[in-house]
Amino acid sequence: MANLSSKGAGAETLLASPGASAPGGLGKSARGFLARTAERGFRSSLIFSVVLVFAVIVAMMFSLTMFSLPAIQHTGWSIFTGTNWDPANDQFGALPFIVGTILTSVLALIISFPFSLSIALFLGEYQRSGWLASLLTTAIELLAGIPSIIYGAFGLFVMVPLMQQWELTMVSSGVIPLGVGILTASILLAIMIIPYSASLAREVIRLTPQDLKEAAYAMGGSRFAVIRFVTLPYSFSGIFAGQLLAFGRALGETMAVAMVIGNQNIMPEGLFSAGSTIATVIANEYPEASGVHIAALTEIGLILFLITIVFGFAGRIIINRMGMRGTA
Amino acid sequence: MTLRNRLKARLGFNRVVSSVFTGIVTFFSLLMVVPLVLILSFITIKGVTQLHWALFVSDERGGGILNAIVGSGEMVLIAVVLAVPVAVLTGVYLAEARNSKIAEVMRITVDVFQGIPSIVLGIIAYVWLVVPLRSFSGLSGAVALAIMMIPIIIKNTEESLILVPAQMKEAAYGLGAPFHKVILQIVLPAAMSGVLTGILLATARILGETAPLLFTSFGGPDLNYNLTRPMEALPPLIFKYAQSPRDDWVATAWASSFVLVVVVLFLNLLTKLVLRRWKH
Repeated sequence: MANLSSKGAGAETLLASPGASAPGGLGKSARGFLARTAERGFRSSLIFSVVLVFAVIVAMMFSLTMFSLPAIQHTGWSIFTGTNWDPANDQFGALPFIVGTILTSVLALIISFPFSLSIALFLGEYQRSGWLASLLTTAIELLAGIPSIIYGAFGLFVMVPLMQQWELTMVSSGVIPLGVGILTASILLAIMIIPYSASLAREVIRLTPQDLKEAAYAMGGSRFAVIRFVTLPYSFSGIFAGQLLAFGRALGETMAVAMVIGNQNIMPEGLFSAGSTIATVIANEYPEASGVHIAALTEIGLILFLITIVFGFAGRIIINRMGMRGTA
Repeated sequence: MTLRNRLKARLGFNRVVSSVFTGIVTFFSLLMVVPLVLILSFITIKGVTQLHWALFVSDERGGGILNAIVGSGEMVLIAVVLAVPVAVLTGVYLAEARNSKIAEVMRITVDVFQGIPSIVLGIIAYVWLVVPLRSFSGLSGAVALAIMMIPIIIKNTEESLILVPAQMKEAAYGLGAPFHKVILQIVLPAAMSGVLTGILLATARILGETAPLLFTSFGGPDLNYNLTRPMEALPPLIFKYAQSPRDDWVATAWASSFVLVVVVLFLNLLTKLVLRRWKH
């Protein structure tokens, strides 16, 4: 894919003077005029679209910042450090949500990692084709296609009662059997992000040069040894990038988490404690908010936006440096 | 122990480690099929039994979900109309001006764009449309969904256009065809399957999207075709009903979930068929 790009037309060709290649460009006939107009119109519409998409991104940042200004002035930096979120008294400390967001996402990443790496190795190394591979590929694609609200409903009706059963056995050690909570949300998130990190990791694992692997086999390496000493070191940065992108996705996931995390505006006290994330607080409070409250919600939205940009950016840079295009 | 025996033992040990590792990888991989089967079977079993004709012919006041189906359909349609031209043209630019500085910057922008959480796009649509118009509206929901579609379509268009052989374009240019004719009549038709795939994938994605609609289209129990008024959609309806204490509402949530899953997975299947049919 990448080596074709050298043949691509540069910007000079695209932006060259419109009438240059139009037929009948010499005469002043109506036909020539029409052709030139169509050509010019098409070129301008291309440029217009690109500028529009770029402008939308810039305008988004601008609007978010402007709309959260009242809260920024009202709360200042304490939105990052305050633990008290009390809209009725204009108290906006978002630390519990920031902690909830990062905690659930990190846990989801840890839970999902053995699965996504196994799937990537299975499809990239062990079974590149065959019925088992296509079964697994289809399953992953279906998992990626299921809307998050469906994951939420599944979590609410199936996982929460199961978690409650498990937590009931631990009541003696101080666990409150809510069913909902940080761990339930993390497990659900883990299932949701596996398709993304697995598909990217599979692609990089497939890129491992065959001659390197053959050399390792020729020296008597077992399959495990080849994976351990050739495939994994070679594809490490790609796998890492996939994890970053999956992490970004987990940070912003709203509906599924909102349905199983318990939605308490408190600092999570443990894995079984109820909590909130930035996204779930916005989903729950934005429709009824006004004044400084809505500005504060917009501000934490802006914070979420910036965090996901940082992780997305880091992941993309690693992928682009590897010279491959991600599908996730 | 002789060297030979030690080597043999070592090799045997390596072989055991290797097959244990293979077993672990296979086990973890196939374990992922379990949640998929669980989710799909729960939705199907619970959903099918709650399906009845009245759901599709009356709005929420009459105990149905017609208003949500109409709202989802209308908003998704508007989103597609808004997003497709801009996104496809941007994709064409990125593929044609591949090595330019602008394209490089845009490519990163689009990648970052794609990672923005959908709830944040809801806030954007709220600030841009709900605040100035002083009302929740179907239009603001459609705009949020359109913004979500754009990066997906751009990437798919760009990637499929890059795969069109340069010789085809050169031949067309050699015959004196102008740039717009080469793109519209040669390159885009050749890359049609990829472009369509992107559009279908993006449509399937936004069809199941809930978060950006909660405070843009907001929802309402009456059948409504007017885009300037609050509009219900299937995913927010499921969100609302699934958490309600009323049994008949929970039943409606299951039935709606089943309908949504069937439509979304059908679109995904259609994407695969399109890819297979037009593959060169």
